[in-house]
This record gives sequence, structure tokens and C-alpha cells, in this order.
Amino acid sequence: MEMMSGAAMVVRALKDVGVKHVFGYPGGAVLDIYDALYAQEDVQHVLVRHEQAAAHMADGYARATGQTGTVLVTSGPGATNTLTGIATAYMDSIPMVILSGQVPSVHIGEDAFQETDMVGCSRPIVKHSFLVKRAIDIPDAIAKAYYIANTGRPGPVVVDLPKDIVNIQESHPYQFPDKVQMRSYNPTIKGHMGQIKKALKALLEAKRPVLYVGGGAIACDASSLVTELAEKLHLPVTNTLMGLGAFPGDHEQCIGMLGMHGTLEANKTMHNADCILALGARFDDRVTNNVDKFCPHATIIHVDIDPASISKTINAHIPVVGSVKSVLTQFFEQMHEINDTERKEQLADWWEQIASWRTRKCLSYAGSNELIKPQQVIESLYRHTQGDAYVSSDVGQHQMFAALYYPFAKPRRWINSGGLGTMGFGLPAAMGVQFAHPDAVVCCVTGDGSIQMNIQELSTCMQYGLPVKVISLNNRALGMVRQWQDMIYKGRHSHSYMDSLPDFVKLAESYGHVGIKVEKPEELEDAMARCFALKDKLVFMDIAVDQNEHVYPMQIKYGAMDDMRLSKTERT
Amino acid sequence: MRRIISVLMENEPGALSRIIGLFSQRGYNVDSLCVAPIEDSSLSRLTITTAGDDKVIEQITKQVNKLIDVLKISDLTDGQHVERELMLIKVGTRSDSVRDEVKRTVDIFRGQVVDITPRNYTIEVTGTSDKLDAFIHTMSQTAEIVELSRTGVCGLSRGEKSMRQ
Ligand SMILES: Cc1ncc(C[n+]2csc(CCOP(=O)(O)OP(=O)(O)O)c2C)c(N)n1
Repeated sequence: MEMMSGAAMVVRALKDVGVKHVFGYPGGAVLDIYDALYAQEDVQHVLVRHEQAAAHMADGYARATGQTGTVLVTSGPGATNTLTGIATAYMDSIPMVILSGQVPSVHIGEDAFQETDMVGCSRPIVKHSFLVKRAIDIPDAIAKAYYIANTGRPGPVVVDLPKDIVNIQESHPYQFPDKVQMRSYNPTIKGHMGQIKKALKALLEAKRPVLYVGGGAIACDASSLVTELAEKLHLPVTNTLMGLGAFPGDHEQCIGMLGMHGTLEANKTMHNADCILALGARFDDRVTNNVDKFCPHATIIHVDIDPASISKTINAHIPVVGSVKSVLTQFFEQMHEINDTERKEQLADWWEQIASWRTRKCLSYAGSNELIKPQQVIESLYRHTQGDAYVSSDVGQHQMFAALYYPFAKPRRWINSGGLGTMGFGLPAAMGVQFAHPDAVVCCVTGDGSIQMNIQELSTCMQYGLPVKVISLNNRALGMVRQWQDMIYKGRHSHSYMDSLPDFVKLAESYGHVGIKVEKPEELEDAMARCFALKDKLVFMDIAVDQNEHVYPMQIKYGAMDDMRLSKTERT
Repeated sequence: MRRIISVLMENEPGALSRIIGLFSQRGYNVDSLCVAPIEDSSLSRLTITTAGDDKVIEQITKQVNKLIDVLKISDLTDGQHVERELMLIKVGTRSDSVRDEVKRTVDIFRGQVVDITPRNYTIEVTGTSDKLDAFIHTMSQTAEIVELSRTGVCGLSRGEKSMRQ
């Protein structure tokens, strides 16, 4: 058996798992591990500027590839700095492993220098965690961590490593397990046949069916099956914020995103449906609006890998536990030949109804000669990237504009913090994507508030030559907060004004990047073209947009799904 | 409604705190909790009494089951079951008459006096939680209760069924 130090084991186990990139930041408790990273090339370490960003990078990397992202940080502040990133990944079911240093075993519990109970701090926001006690347990703990993170419903896993067990002066036998098996962890992947038959029957008999597709369909790479099902059965499809791209946004059967800022047609279709097939979606409160008024006519079929997601907020009439991919495969096995003409006939009235909702063109907005409209920026971005970019986003109005005005045709292209709504996510997440896909066009749509929450990573971008395109919709305000204040607090803009903004162009330049300021509508197209012509450069687009624009449509609180404001003056 | 939930889990550090944390994080009640390793010492069995409507209990069951350390969970109150709780209670016995009355009550409840000092008795009583409540109530009318400690409920389903099949 090979002999090596605990630190070498950590690096070796990462290699054996297949890890290519580790996002991290050194410190006392992990110096041995950093020493082991020094003399090798199997695992590339990316030095960030703040540990929160390391977690978001690993997260973006995972969202874009489906592979588990890896974070390495020191004990105490290094570890606690990752917590927002871990919570972000947890809420969106993103596979991630966080290796955190810990004080030496003998000092645990003594309030030693840089000691925090990382397993305890992270407990409510991880899928699982390990405090490794002996060096020989390192390979097993790491193998298990990756296995747990990326099977079943994915999620973050913390591996806490006391300094004494990774000591480079000691040697231990290294053995990486061939196979991970855990008697207490066996996620259900295949659906129950009886339930599948029931679900299929309900779906085929429905007169007003709809497919409601969430992030779970992307997590298990089921997009092509979703599309196949929708096309075969002529079903209208709505994607959640997390599911954008699971079904192509530019497909004629796509009725757009649903929920709080969903399209009129998506929310109307849901509300009036007689059968909803939910695939890897979780009936989040940002989707359902008032649960008591939720979709009163629908038989609800809920397919999810996590039994705890089923009937949590909305009761499912036909629950199916399993991965969307397996369950849809089983659907096809059970489905008889579909007569296309008859099928179309069956849904003709329904589609006619949907077409009438579409005529309202709920995403139309009034343009202006003086002010750039945020919607217009996203439409321009879509054109200049041929709708094929990876787009990460921060949180706020710009996020909703990006979600609504950039119809993602492919899964894993839209990278956003849906569940936690973490400002500061966008830039580091885009960087993670760029590491995974060095040649791809990667954009970060952000706002003047959010970008400042992790702007220090512009330095990391310089160090690693990441040509991320930062598209900042600068409205000189915390726009989404301001919108709510306009709507609910009579326009009292309490602390939603971003005073003293830096000159973002100069700031970008000081980091060694290119900055472009855009202030007039007529400058926008040229500026975008210049931005995307600079293929090898990070370009920071500081685009002054109309401060008074609101995101519409917007559900009305306590109402049904389809009770919506359509503009500042109109409602359903 | 009161429910008794039985959990079979890995006997590992951190496992218990995950379960407790889950209850507080999601706002579920814990009325009592009782945990110890079983004959296979790599496993522990935990019994929680909680309260909630069917929807809450369904969520509790699913969320607990989702924890990686948990092998199995069952709601004992779903079927026929046996439940017991043990209590140690120390009562003041100032006079002979009190001592006699205490002794009588202990016999009626099939308890046992396990420790004696000139000033008090320590009594062990086993039974359902209701029985222990009744014992405390009765005792408090005769003697001064110095202190008491209850284990919380533990239980098994009746009949052939076992959690480890
Ligand atoms: C870390 C964090 N803090 C606070 C919030 C609350 N919040 C949601 S949107 C928003 C404003 C975002 O402003 P900006 O990034 O400028 O985007 P805009 O809405 O103007 O497009 C705030 C403060 C949050 N989501 N995340």
C-alpha cells in the first residue's frame, strides 16, 4: 500500500475522485494541504480573494457541468466565510464539497485560535458533513462526500479536517475505496410502476394539461426527455426560474417562466389547467402565490427525487418518487402509440385559449429615446451572443429581466441563485463557469448593488485571464427593493439608493480589465459589439438604465397564481 | 395529535445533533426524546414524541428519513404498539404516616423504592407517560416532591414486525 501524509491523501483523493479544479484560500489550518498542492499538476487550485466567492465559483462550475464543485478553506473565518455560498448551493441542490481546515484535534473545544465548529455552523445548510478524526479515514470520507453530494438530490457536503491529521511529517497507508456503499443512504431513482401508470393515464386524459419543469430536470440531465415528452403529447411547458433551459425557451410550446414574475400565459395556463405534471420542481412560494388559491382545477402529478419535496406545500394527487430522467424513461416504456392528429385535436381548444393569453404580449414595454431600458439591454445581449451564452446573474431586477428576456435554449446556461437569492453570486459563479468552459462566452448580468458584493474577484479574473463579460444594469439603486417601496411603501425609498458609486470603468481598468460606459440608447448596440469582439478580455459594461422601470408581470400578494400586475397601471 | 416516532440511525457523533437540529430548524415539537445504542452497537435507536397534524407528521418523517445517518423511521402510533417511560422520583418522607402513604402509592403503581435516607425515598416507576403523570399527581398530594427525572418514551410495535427487516 502506498504511504503518504494526510495532506497528500487529501490531494490524491481529489485526483482519484476526478476533481480538476479546487477553489480556495490558504490559512494556518490548511497549510499542510497547500504544501501538498504545491508540487503537483493533477488538481488545479484557483486562488480567490474571498472565501464566499470560492463557494460561488465551485457552485457555478457545478451548475454548468453537473460535476461536483470543490472548495478548500482554512478553519475559523475561512470556513465561516463560505457559509453563504454553501447555503446558496443547498437551496438550489447543487453538488459541492467543502474541505475546511480545523484546529488540531487536541484543541477542539478549547476556543483555540481560529476555531469554529464548522460541522455545527453548517449543519442546517448541508446535505451531510464529516469531521475526520484519523488520517487513514481521509480517502473514505472524501469518496463518500463526493458520492453523497452528487447522487439523489444533490447538495453541499462539508469535510472538516483537523490540522494534526494532515500533518506532512507523518505517513499513513492510502487506500481509495473502489465503491462507496452506505447502508443508510440509498436514494430512490426509479419511479413506482403503479404510480407511473396512474400519472400517464391522468396526463393523457387531460384536456388542459401543462408541464411545469424545474431545476430537478436539469440536475439529472433530463432535458431532451422533457422536450420529447412535450412534443409527443403537444403539451405547453413552463420552466421555473431554476428550470430555465430545461425546455427550450425559444420553442413554440414554451409559455415562459411561471411564478411571481412569470409570464401571463404561464400563470394563466397553470391556474386553468386540469392536470399539472411537475418535473423536478418544488411548488416554491415564489411560484404558487397563495396556496389556498393555487390551481383549483388541477390533478397534480409530482415527480421528484426527494420525497420530502412532494406534498410539502401543495398536495400531490399522484406522487412519483424518482429522478425525472428515470421516470420519463419509464413513461415512454409505458406509453402506447400516440395518434398525432387525435392528440392535437384533443388539445386544440386548450392551445387556442393559450394563444389568446399570449396576444396580451405581457413582456412588451415602452421604449425611450433618452433612457436605456433594462429589458432592451438583455434583448441586445441575446442578439450579440446568438442566445447561446452562459449567463450568470446576481439578484434583483436585472435577474428577472435576464430570466424573462433571454430565452435559454439549452440547460445549464442560466446560472442563478434561485432559492436563496444571494446578491454577490453572479461574478464568482460566472468565473466558475469560465473555468469549466474556457472557450465559451460567459456573461454575468448584474446590478450596481450586487456587483459590489464580490467585486474583489475582478482581481482573480486578472490572475487567471478569465474573459467574463460583466453586464451591469446600473440604475443607481437597489432596484428590486426600490420597486417594492414604490408599490407597497408609497415610494418611500428607505436606503435603497446607491450613493457614492465608484467609476466602474476606472475600477475595471485598475484591475487590468476593459471598462465600457454606456449612457444613451443609441450607443448600446455598438458598445455590445465592442464588448463581444474583445474575446480574450474581461469587459465590464457599465450601462446606465432607467431607474424607474419595474419588473412586470408581477403576482399580487395573497392572490391566485394568475392574479397579476401587468404594468404600473394595469392588472389582470 | 401526539405521535411516537422511532428512528434507527448510525451510532455516530453528530447524528443526534442533526436530528435535533432538524426539529428546531423546521419548527417541529419535541416533547420527549430517548436514545441509546441497540444490540448492534454501530446503530442507535431513538424515540421521539412529538405533536402535529398528519401533514406535519408526514413532513417530519420524510425530513428525518432524508438525513444521511438515518436508516429507517416509523411512526409507532400508526399501529399497535407498546410504550414505556421510566421515572426516578425523590420525595420527602417527614413522618411515618407520610412514609406509609408513599409506600402504599408506590405499591399501587407497581413502583419500587430504590434508595432511602432518613428524610426521603427515591422511587422508580415505569409505565406509559399518563401513568407517570398520574403517579406524580397522586404523590404530590401526600409528600413533597424533591426532584424527578424521566427518560422520555421508548416504544416498539406489537407483534411480528421489526424495524430492522
Ligand atoms: C446578500 C443579499 N442581501 C440583500 C438582499 C435583498 N435584495 C434583493 S434584490 C436587492 C437589490 C439588488 O440591487 P442591484 O444589485 O443593484 O440590482 P437591481 O435590482 O437594481 O437590478 C436587495 C438588496 C439579497 N437578495 N441578498
